Amino acid sequence: MAELGSVQAPLGVGVLRSASAIPATMVSSRHSVLVRVTHWIITLCFFALLVSGVEILISHPRFYWGETGTVLTTPVFKLPIPSSRALVPTGYGYVLPDQNGWSRHLHFEAAWILVLTGLLYAIFGFFTGHFRKNLLPGKADRSWRAFSTAIAGHLRFQRPTEAEAQSYNVLQRLTYLLVIFVLFPLIIWTGLAMSPTFVSALPSTVTLLGGRQSARTLHFFVTVALVFFLLVHVVMICLAGFWGRTRTMITGRIRTRMERT
Amino acid sequence: MTDLSRRKMIISGLAATAGVSGLGVAAHLAEKYGLVPPDHGGIYGLGETLTYASQRLLARQSLAREFPRSQISNRPLANQIAPPSEAFRRLQAGGFIDWRLSVDGMVDRPGSFSLAQLKTYPSRSQITEVACEEGWSYIAEWIGVPLSHVLNLVGVHPQARYVVYFSIEPDWWDSMDMADAMHPQTFLTYGMNGDELPVGNGGPLRMRVPRQLGYKSVKFITHLTVTDNLKRFGKGLGSAAPEAGYAWYAGI
Repeated sequence: MAELGSVQAPLGVGVLRSASAIPATMVSSRHSVLVRVTHWIITLCFFALLVSGVEILISHPRFYWGETGTVLTTPVFKLPIPSSRALVPTGYGYVLPDQNGWSRHLHFEAAWILVLTGLLYAIFGFFTGHFRKNLLPGKADRSWRAFSTAIAGHLRFQRPTEAEAQSYNVLQRLTYLLVIFVLFPLIIWTGLAMSPTFVSALPSTVTLLGGRQSARTLHFFVTVALVFFLLVHVVMICLAGFWGRTRTMITGRIRTRMERT
Repeated sequence: MTDLSRRKMIISGLAATAGVSGLGVAAHLAEKYGLVPPDHGGIYGLGETLTYASQRLLARQSLAREFPRSQISNRPLANQIAPPSEAFRRLQAGGFIDWRLSVDGMVDRPGSFSLAQLKTYPSRSQITEVACEEGWSYIAEWIGVPLSHVLNLVGVHPQARYVVYFSIEPDWWDSMDMADAMHPQTFLTYGMNGDELPVGNGGPLRMRVPRQLGYKSVKFITHLTVTDNLKRFGKGLGSAAPEAGYAWYAGI
C-alpha cells in the first residue's frame, strides 16, 4: 500500500473497484472542517481586501518613507498608473472615478472578518496540534539535504507523488508557516498602524515601523508578497490537478489510487 | 416522543432563545453606551460598528500623537477644494472681521462668536498630523481654542450626544460624539505654524479632530449645533460623508 505520510485517520479504506483494468482508489480525510471553512472565508476576504485596496491605492499611487508625504514632497517611488484624484500628477490626461467610499467600507469589513476568522484558525491550530502536525516540518525534513531535494524537485516540475497529496512537503510547510505567522501578522500590523485612533492608544504600532508613511509603504510590499504567494499557490494547485485539490479543500476528502501489494 | 428528544428540543429552544436575546441585549447595551455609529445600516454596517465600538471602548481618552517642532512639514499641503462660495469671498474681502461662529441646539446659552472673541479665550497649540483617507499626510502646528472650552461656555445639556458642525460652504457638514467633542485635542483652529490659518488649510476657522482622518476636520466653520439625535440632519447618517459613500466615523 502507498505510504500515507502524516494523514489524519483514514475515513475508511474502501476498495471501490477491483477489476484489474481500473486501478483501485482509496478515500481518506485530508483537511478538517475548520481548516476548510476558514480557508474559504479568508480567500473571499483576501479578494475583497485586494480589490478594495487597489481602489484606495489609486487615489494616491505614490509611496513615501517616514512619517509624512504629500504631492509636494519627493516619493520613494510611484506607480505608473492614473489616479482617481486630480491632485496627483500622474502624466495621464484624465482622472479615474472616485471609488474610495465603498472601497474603504469593504476593506475594513473584510479586514474584521479576516482577523476574526484568522484568530479562530490560530487558536484551533494551536489547540488541535494542526500547526505542529501538518505545518511544522517533520524531523526528517529539518535538514538542508531534504530542503534542497525538495527545491530540486520543484525546479524540475516533478508532479507530486501520491504520498505528497496526503501531506505537505517541506517547502509547502515553510511557505504556509511564513504566510500564517509572518505575512498575515505584518499586513494586519501595518494596516492598524495607519488608523489614527488605534495609534493614539498604542503609538508604538506606528513608531516601530518608522512612521505613518513607512507603514503604508510596508503595507503595500506585504500585499505584493501575499499576491505572489497566491499566484504560486494557484499555479502549484494547477500543476497538482486543479479540480482534485479544490474538491479536497471543499469536501475534505481525497481520493488516491492504491498500489496493489 | 421520547424523553431524550424532548429534552434535546427544550435545550436547543432555550439555547436559541438565549442566543437571540443575547444579541438583542448586546445591541441594546451598544446603543445605550453610544457604540453604534449613525451610519450602521446596510451591508457595511457590521464593519463600521465593530470599528467604532472597539475604538470607543479601548481608546476613548487616548491622545493623538504629537511631534517635535523639527518634524513640522515644510510645505503643508493645501489640498484642492471647490472654488469658494460668494458668501466666503465677501467675508474674505473684509479680512474675516465679520466671520461668526454660531452655537445652538441643546445648550443653555445659544450664542454667536466673532474670531476676535474666540482668540480672547485661552489659546492652545498642538503639533499633530493631518492624515487624508487618500494616503498622504503632513504635520503642522495647529493653534486654536479647544472646542470643549466653547461648549462649556454655552452650557451643554447633559443628555447631549453629538456636536454637528457646518462649513460656510454648502453641503459640507459633519458631526462627532461627545468623546471627541470634549477631547482636549479637538480644536476650533484659527492659527497654523505660528501664523494665521491660511485659507487653503481651512482658514479662518477649521475644526481639528486629530484622532480621525483629515475629512473629519471640516474647513470654514460657521455653525455648531448640539443634539442628542442625528436623524434630523441631512439624510440622518450623521454627516455629509456617508451621503457621499464614506464612513461617518473616521478614526480608522
